[in-house]
Amino acid sequence: MTDTPRLELIGITKAYPGVVANNNVSLRVMPGEIHALLGENGAGKSTLVKFIYGVQKADSGILKWEGEVTDIPNPNVARKLGVGMVFQHFSLFDAMTVEENISLGIAPELAKSGLTQRIIDISTQYGLPLEPDRYVHTLSVGERQRIEVVRCLLQDPQLLIMDEPTSVLTPQEVEVLFRTLRQLAADGVSILYISHKLQEIKDLCHTATIMRMGEVVADCNPAEETPRSMAEMMMGGNLTPPERTGKAVPGEPQLIVKALNVASSHSHGTDLKDIDFQVRAGEVLGIAGIAGNGQQELMDVLSGEVLVSDPESIIIDGNPVGASGPNQRRSVGMTFVPEERLGHGAVPQMSLWENAFLSGATRMNLLNNGFMRIKQSEEYAATIVEEFRVKTPGIANVAESLSGGNLQKFIIGREILQKPGIIIALQPTWGVDAGSAAAIRQSLIDLAANGAAVLVISQDLEELFEIADRLSVICEGRLSPGRNTEEVNVEEIGLLMGGISSEPITEVAAHAD
Amino acid sequence: MLIRLEPRAEASRAMVYQSPLIAVVLTLIAGMIMFRIMGTDPLQAVHAFFIEPISTLDGVAELLVKATPLILIGVGLSLGFQANIWNIGAEGQLTLGAIFGGVVALAFFDVESVFLLPAMLIAGIIGGMLWAAVPAFLKARYNTNEILTSLMLVYVSFLLLSFLITGPLRDPDGFNFPESRLFHDSAVLPIILEGTRLHIGFLVALLFAVLAWLMIVKHIIGFQIKVIGMAPAAASFAGFKEKKLIWLTLLISGGAAGLAGAIEVSGPIGQVIPVVSPGYGFTAIIVAFLGRLNPVGVILAGILMALTYLGGDSAQITMNLPNAVTGVFQGMLLFFLLASDVLIRYRIRLGALRVREVTPRQEGVT
Repeated sequence: MTDTPRLELIGITKAYPGVVANNNVSLRVMPGEIHALLGENGAGKSTLVKFIYGVQKADSGILKWEGEVTDIPNPNVARKLGVGMVFQHFSLFDAMTVEENISLGIAPELAKSGLTQRIIDISTQYGLPLEPDRYVHTLSVGERQRIEVVRCLLQDPQLLIMDEPTSVLTPQEVEVLFRTLRQLAADGVSILYISHKLQEIKDLCHTATIMRMGEVVADCNPAEETPRSMAEMMMGGNLTPPERTGKAVPGEPQLIVKALNVASSHSHGTDLKDIDFQVRAGEVLGIAGIAGNGQQELMDVLSGEVLVSDPESIIIDGNPVGASGPNQRRSVGMTFVPEERLGHGAVPQMSLWENAFLSGATRMNLLNNGFMRIKQSEEYAATIVEEFRVKTPGIANVAESLSGGNLQKFIIGREILQKPGIIIALQPTWGVDAGSAAAIRQSLIDLAANGAAVLVISQDLEELFEIADRLSVICEGRLSPGRNTEEVNVEEIGLLMGGISSEPITEVAAHAD
Repeated sequence: MLIRLEPRAEASRAMVYQSPLIAVVLTLIAGMIMFRIMGTDPLQAVHAFFIEPISTLDGVAELLVKATPLILIGVGLSLGFQANIWNIGAEGQLTLGAIFGGVVALAFFDVESVFLLPAMLIAGIIGGMLWAAVPAFLKARYNTNEILTSLMLVYVSFLLLSFLITGPLRDPDGFNFPESRLFHDSAVLPIILEGTRLHIGFLVALLFAVLAWLMIVKHIIGFQIKVIGMAPAAASFAGFKEKKLIWLTLLISGGAAGLAGAIEVSGPIGQVIPVVSPGYGFTAIIVAFLGRLNPVGVILAGILMALTYLGGDSAQITMNLPNAVTGVFQGMLLFFLLASDVLIRYRIRLGALRVREVTPRQEGVT
């Protein structure tokens, strides 16, 4: 039985207009194997997975399931065969219970009576505690992911595809998930695991297929590789980790936030409670936290997209700006990088020079009596492209034509070239390839070394430990006091991320080892 | 469902500009089929509808007279539409412009002054703006749907006009006909082409289109309008104020419609009558889309739509066809245009419905 691969792909090729997403890709997943699929953004992982799950057709190539050539025209067929998929973004209805959500996403014949008991059975069997009657909006992100996993497991899958499953979890929750996955593998389920986090792949996966530009460039055993060697295979070049060139002594506070209380404007958002912190010139402050704990709300308030009534609660370089909009904050020295690149940090259908103008108009003096200085805007965009090595045919190209990493480099470059006194970045390397991520982190460190204050809000702990001088954690809208990065470890931060006082997570943490 | 629309990987940029032409050709074909079914010779009917009206100088001048309000309103609306502000009530704003302009003309009925015409036009702009200010205020303050509020005000404006024209504005020597006095010569727009009705308002419309084009391409306001329409979150990131743009685009489009109304009463009509427009304010919505929300495109589209008005009259006279043909052609044009636009972005797929498919968002997978 173990000789027949559960899933075998031979020579899969898929071309989109203008780009070959998969070129002659072959892959083999054995029963009970945890197989990593690794590659930068745009390497073709998603196309391949969509093909396996029946969302998309390939131009050519063969798919063999349990040794037999099989056609998967749509996800229903995939599920009947025993392919389950957990997407990075959950498809859950907040206003429904766990059980209702599960019954919506599975085959009708499975959604009959007795579902509650089966949910409980499976969740206890695999250590995924879930209460079927709870409403989804009351659950943490980790618990929501469990719903997706249980939903897949109910269909008795032979192959489980997981797309970046840990990006929303605390280190402790990751441990729980890994134990589940290992147990599933021991029961003979194959797992195709997509992730950027190389250390995780090394810890969890038995084999790894590495893709670059639509092709398979290597198969390896992650246990025998280092994260760095895998990253280099992924990028096809040498990876330079960020370096700190002589640490500047932190200077005057550039940003002071005092007793900030803000009710969230989103219906299921998180209110900010008593936020107090400072960022000094020359330092990088990192704010860690699991998604949905008030990061977006904090960003909105700091950037001026949401205003507070007391101007004194936010002070930029001595100027109280709590009640001032984004452009007044820019004019006193703050620039910012939103999380969402397309649609927030940049207008997707507009050219790069128009997007350079978008946030640069104030500080780069790109306005002349209300008329746009088009030539200067173009020059500014060209400078960004050149200095931050943005790969694009030209500044007349629209923002959405750039890859995620390149657009993010452009946005970061646009904000850095405005010579800010303080820069605030939310998830600056989210969904960005390893090469671009390293460049972005380096540029933030360099900016701090040159005397600017840098605030990075991120869910990526590796990133924060790499670049931050001090670390705080945001949990349920409260911010923990900043601590020097050298004096804390991942476990302590992880506990803070889970909110030590909050009951279910501590239970998880206690069981973690 | 056996027919599905599937998004295309890439929308063709060239097709975005070609789709109005395709829509025109399809409208012609469908129109000919319609004429055939009605028992007339399709070629003769199309000739009567589209060629005959503009075969004389007078016809061309008439075409531009009719295009004037369409261009003015269409350009104004296109600004708002780019910002996703849907002013559907231009017809009402036009009516208010006609009332305000007419009131000024009648108040200074026997005054001869070069300032009278400018005063009428400015009054018309103010009237249109006031009428558009209502949906602007409601949207900015209470987030009311401007499509509904602006549309409903159209009917209020009709009633207001009919009240005024049967009361205070009625010609005292007019045998109780619901009409105002004929305007004095200095309250009538100068003719720019001798022997026709083509008046200076057409040049005003062209000037407005050029100014709007300048604003969209070069000015920060135009940039803000485009950004807020394409990516509202990016507009907020850039510090653009949504409420300001709601006010601005509604006031500009309302003002333009009001100006068109004042031009109508002081130009081709020359007095205030119970119906000042054959639906220019609504037709201009089609004009704005047909012109791709681009001022230059709106000029061309305005002239084309003006032809459907003339063609309807002409087909009625020479072919004995009902005047409803005009509305049918305008409707078909919009229909084919929207269909072409949908097909630029989607392709049709035939296939069975997938039962209970939950489609998760998949960005970020790669």
